[in-house]
Amino acid sequence: MAALMAILKRDLALAYRQRAELMQPMLFFILVISLFPLAVGPEPKTLQLIGPGVIWVAAILSSLLGLERLFRDDFQDGSIEQLMLSSTSLPAAALVKVVAHWLTSILPLIILSPLLALFLHLSEPMYWALLKTLLLGTPLLSLIGGIAVGLTVGLNRGGVLLALLLLPVFIPLLIFATSAVESASMQLQYSAQLAIIGAMFLFSLALAPFAIAYALRVSQT
Amino acid sequence: MAVLSVTDLSVIKRDRLLFENLNFAVEQGSLLYVKGQNGAGKTSMLRVLAGLVDADCGDVYFSQQNIKDCRENYHLNLVYFGHKLGINLTLSAVENLEYWCKQHQVAIGVDTIFDTLAQLNLVGLEEIPVANLSAGQQRRVALARFWFKQDAKVWILDEPFTALDTQGIELLSKQITTFLSAGGAVVMTSHQALQIDYPTDELTLEYRI
Amino acid sequence: MWKWLHPYAKTERTYHLCQRLLPWFSVLGLAVILFATVWGLAYAPTDYQQSEAYRIIYVHVPTAVLSKSLYSAMAVAAFIGLVWQVKTSFMAMMALAPIGATVTFISLVTGAAWGKPMWGTWWEWDARLTSQLILMFLFLGVISLYKAFEDKQQAGKAAGVMAIVGVINLPIIHYSVEWWNTLHQGATILKLGKPSMPPEMLWPLLLSILGWALASGAIFLLRMQNEILQREIKRPWVVALAHKNSALSKGK
Repeated sequence: MAALMAILKRDLALAYRQRAELMQPMLFFILVISLFPLAVGPEPKTLQLIGPGVIWVAAILSSLLGLERLFRDDFQDGSIEQLMLSSTSLPAAALVKVVAHWLTSILPLIILSPLLALFLHLSEPMYWALLKTLLLGTPLLSLIGGIAVGLTVGLNRGGVLLALLLLPVFIPLLIFATSAVESASMQLQYSAQLAIIGAMFLFSLALAPFAIAYALRVSQT
Repeated sequence: MAVLSVTDLSVIKRDRLLFENLNFAVEQGSLLYVKGQNGAGKTSMLRVLAGLVDADCGDVYFSQQNIKDCRENYHLNLVYFGHKLGINLTLSAVENLEYWCKQHQVAIGVDTIFDTLAQLNLVGLEEIPVANLSAGQQRRVALARFWFKQDAKVWILDEPFTALDTQGIELLSKQITTFLSAGGAVVMTSHQALQIDYPTDELTLEYRI
Repeated sequence: MWKWLHPYAKTERTYHLCQRLLPWFSVLGLAVILFATVWGLAYAPTDYQQSEAYRIIYVHVPTAVLSKSLYSAMAVAAFIGLVWQVKTSFMAMMALAPIGATVTFISLVTGAAWGKPMWGTWWEWDARLTSQLILMFLFLGVISLYKAFEDKQQAGKAAGVMAIVGVINLPIIHYSVEWWNTLHQGATILKLGKPSMPPEMLWPLLLSILGWALASGAIFLLRMQNEILQREIKRPWVVALAHKNSALSKGK
């Protein structure tokens, strides 16, 4: 347990020291979303229509940018090797690293979301729905993303390959999350969509750590 | 009683058979020096011994038990030093070593870490990011683990002397000798001649096409 | 129970098995496809609602069905390879992948072509086409991941994990896309419904599914042999085989 806490503390400390690198996905997030009013015109109704989808797509793309640093440095400097040779359980360590990654790479995006909801003229009920979908759904991006990152960490040019592998898998999440926000915009219930996202989240929470550990072992070969 | 033994070991890498039907045992207090050309499979074999990679055929035994069955116990008694240093360049030497000790269940205080770094000639360099140290100095930080986990039973070292100056080589050789004399088992490779004053078993891997 | 499968973990046995099965699959496959397609395109009765345009189903439906079964087969091969560490299983998985991708592509093109007379546009985001598009991305992802590794054993394991992640997601994607489609019905109410099937329409359809399956099987056997030869090129049995074949062709 102390060992897992040490991993969390270390990853948070490293993120803080490399905060310049962490800024990049955040800036990308804001930039991409800002492109849309420029592209389709600033008419509030249009923006409100595409808003939930745009924010979610931008969130997925920004998190893909930040996903590589989940294991890249530790793989290259041999920390993953040493971790595999320690008595710490690899799935547990993987989960802790995913949590640290979510806190440092994705939570900032969620904190920025009110600003972006403003940019795209989302109404208040829409924003609350968006926030709930982000809180419940983005951990999925880190968990399943972690599997693909674990598999590609030894490759030189993992970047776009990661997107190609993960985007199809993220489509259900995208569909349900945006549908929830749209229902909110029409004053309808969206607990069903949240329940499905929650189910996907719990399912991956249970299985992803083991898949990530296996992926890391495959990369060691 | 053999601490570490290997039966019928075969490893294939990139569709090339590195070696097959390898059998050997390492007793307590003995040093196995693995020799061979570049590409002969020394690193792959050491990684299989450490349990990082599975062999294509054959088994590795620690204290008569298959390491696949007693992984946790084996790792508690093993220290491995490979091509990658295993330390993070953004953190300082002390932070790296504290983290390593926590992961490997080594209960020592910060003072011991400072003392060991002093022994390794790294006074004044303990708290700056490791990236600012020279290659040899970084290596010495990584090698410090051999001063911490001295009650381990097996040490596996893959070309540990690279980038070390004569003093560093001497320090490490002495530390290995002390470990061997206390009953530890060591498997290592090196491209330089060993300066360890201790009876050595040799295993040579041949380069196969 | 599965002991009879064990010898096929050896590439040489599997290679020769593929060799023996190939003529059956290729000849039968070609014959059945030709027969069924000609029957369906020329001789099956005209549909009441969709007139002649529906005939594309004799290509679209087999390829759509096959795309999903090939992905499942690929995932099964991945599972066997990962759990039992069987090299030939990974080779089978990667032999199947490009066939699956191609078949999915054909189903997309024929599906879109079917849409033209129905909806007037070359592409519509209807549930089935969208699902097929995502399936194609899943295939391409597995193939790209495999190609990115130099060590093919590592590549097989990595691609295997992705194939399994994909197969778990497949039902989720399928149902979420269907549900998404019901939300966004839009102006087009006409859907890609299969016409009600009298036996004269159904039989050519079933036969063409069989034919496409056999033909894919034949291509799989060829690809499997190639994969084996490529990976095992330095083994004595491959060298002996090459010598024998060159001696045969010289003898001619």
